[in-house]
Amino acid sequence: MAEAALKTVPRASSDALLAVRGLEGWYGESHVLHGIDLDVRAGEVVTLLGRNGAGKTTTLRAIIGILARRAGSITYEGVETIGMASRNIARLGLGYVPEERGIFASLTVAENLMLPPIVKPGGMSVAEIHTLFPNLAERAGSQGTKLSGGEQQMLAIGRILRTGAKLILLDEPTEGLAPVIVQQIGRTIRELKGRGYTIVLVEQNFRFAQTLADRHVVIEQGRVVDEIANDALDANIDKLHAYLGV
Amino acid sequence: MTTIFGVPMQALFGQLLLGLINGSFYAILSLGLAIIFGLLNIINFAHGALYMMGAFVAWMLLNYLGVNYWWALALAPLLVGAFGIVLERVLIARLYKLDHLYGLLLTFGMALIIQGLFRNYYGVSGLPYAIPPELSGGQRLPFMFLPNYRAWVVVASLAVCLATWLVIEKTKLGSYLRAATENPTLVQAFGVNVPLFLTLTYGFGVALAGFAGVLAAPIYSVNPNMGADIIIVVFAVVVIGGMGSILGSVITGFGLGLIEGLTKVFYPEASATVIFVIMVLVLLVKPAGLFGRAA
Repeated sequence: MAEAALKTVPRASSDALLAVRGLEGWYGESHVLHGIDLDVRAGEVVTLLGRNGAGKTTTLRAIIGILARRAGSITYEGVETIGMASRNIARLGLGYVPEERGIFASLTVAENLMLPPIVKPGGMSVAEIHTLFPNLAERAGSQGTKLSGGEQQMLAIGRILRTGAKLILLDEPTEGLAPVIVQQIGRTIRELKGRGYTIVLVEQNFRFAQTLADRHVVIEQGRVVDEIANDALDANIDKLHAYLGV
Repeated sequence: MTTIFGVPMQALFGQLLLGLINGSFYAILSLGLAIIFGLLNIINFAHGALYMMGAFVAWMLLNYLGVNYWWALALAPLLVGAFGIVLERVLIARLYKLDHLYGLLLTFGMALIIQGLFRNYYGVSGLPYAIPPELSGGQRLPFMFLPNYRAWVVVASLAVCLATWLVIEKTKLGSYLRAATENPTLVQAFGVNVPLFLTLTYGFGVALAGFAGVLAAPIYSVNPNMGADIIIVVFAVVVIGGMGSILGSVITGFGLGLIEGLTKVFYPEASATVIFVIMVLVLLVKPAGLFGRAA
């Protein structure tokens, strides 16, 4: 009886670090997310796959709280964040790497790196970040936007690692980058996974995602329509092609 | 008498000094406007009224409480800044999601109310404010007489502008301000309290205006209209320098003060309009302003 009562309330499974339930989202008048359900366990790398405009980026924006109009439930470590300001959500230990990278032109590379405040203990030191991305050390004094696209992406990821955030929202980190840079970003994400970070990755390139992810969540028209374990990806390749329209 | 281009040297240097003094006020005021516009996207039309308030607060501190000039120089900006923080929290903060025009209309209305209140209580004839005894007198230079107080105004203004620029460009606090000016949403998503920054920035910008008001009190008479007279020129300075450019507003402020002074020597008839002519030319050639980044 008690169990039945529990089931009527949508609740995250106890091992989920991030639990999204019935997430609705709007850009102005247009309704973009229509009830996203998503669980991410600590230490997992989960990719959101789907066509352009399916709602992947919007889902990340809703999780970090910069989507102005959102409804439903998002809990992080059991804390409901749906009504919180984004600055308070970030303070729970979430780090956001936006699709456009968000490198500040009026700040140097070093200033960009130091900008996000420490939100939790245990973040990487600047020296560790420089070991991960040696280019950032060499160009510390340059204007942030004078970096190449790949270096800007490294800076966008690196500055989040300093903050102690344990859940990282990565929006298309490989978009428009040369293959050798894509490989470096891939190595970095695997390294972060090895260190216990939890990562939600929006990615168009599922071949790249396949090398990193534990699970792939397929989003279509603002809903989760399928979930594919990474080791089942090849078996479901036709289905995936249909989802992505490739 | 020595002359340059047929103009007595004494007159030339006298007008250049006057230009530099005016430029000092243009620089501090346009700096405050630039910081506020950069971060808040508010065209702060109340800036002149708050400058006037700075002068009046100094006058009141002296005449009602016996607080001298030097204390007023520190206290008046704090009081004007605190008043600005209240204005921002109660009124301006409601406009951030709306078009620039609303901010301009609101702050213009605030300026009219503030000026009206002071006009009602103190009239428009102006109140005297004595030069502090430490700065009375002057230096007899080979080519001109330099009043100590006027030299102090130029030095104090330069120092405040330089300090503000250093804080914005070289400190961690300044990097938050610059980043939030570029992309407030993302800075907020990193866990920074951006609304608090907006409030403090408005408070700081109008504190600069209050500081300029105290500096001005012993030079111009303390008058409810003093802000309305200068603010139109200051807006032209901001447009010429480029909206939101910190260094641009300071350099343009001093530069245009000097140009105005030179015009008074060589073609006095144009001295009241020269800044606006320059503004028109700059807008034609470089619409984003001399130091502005094209949007």
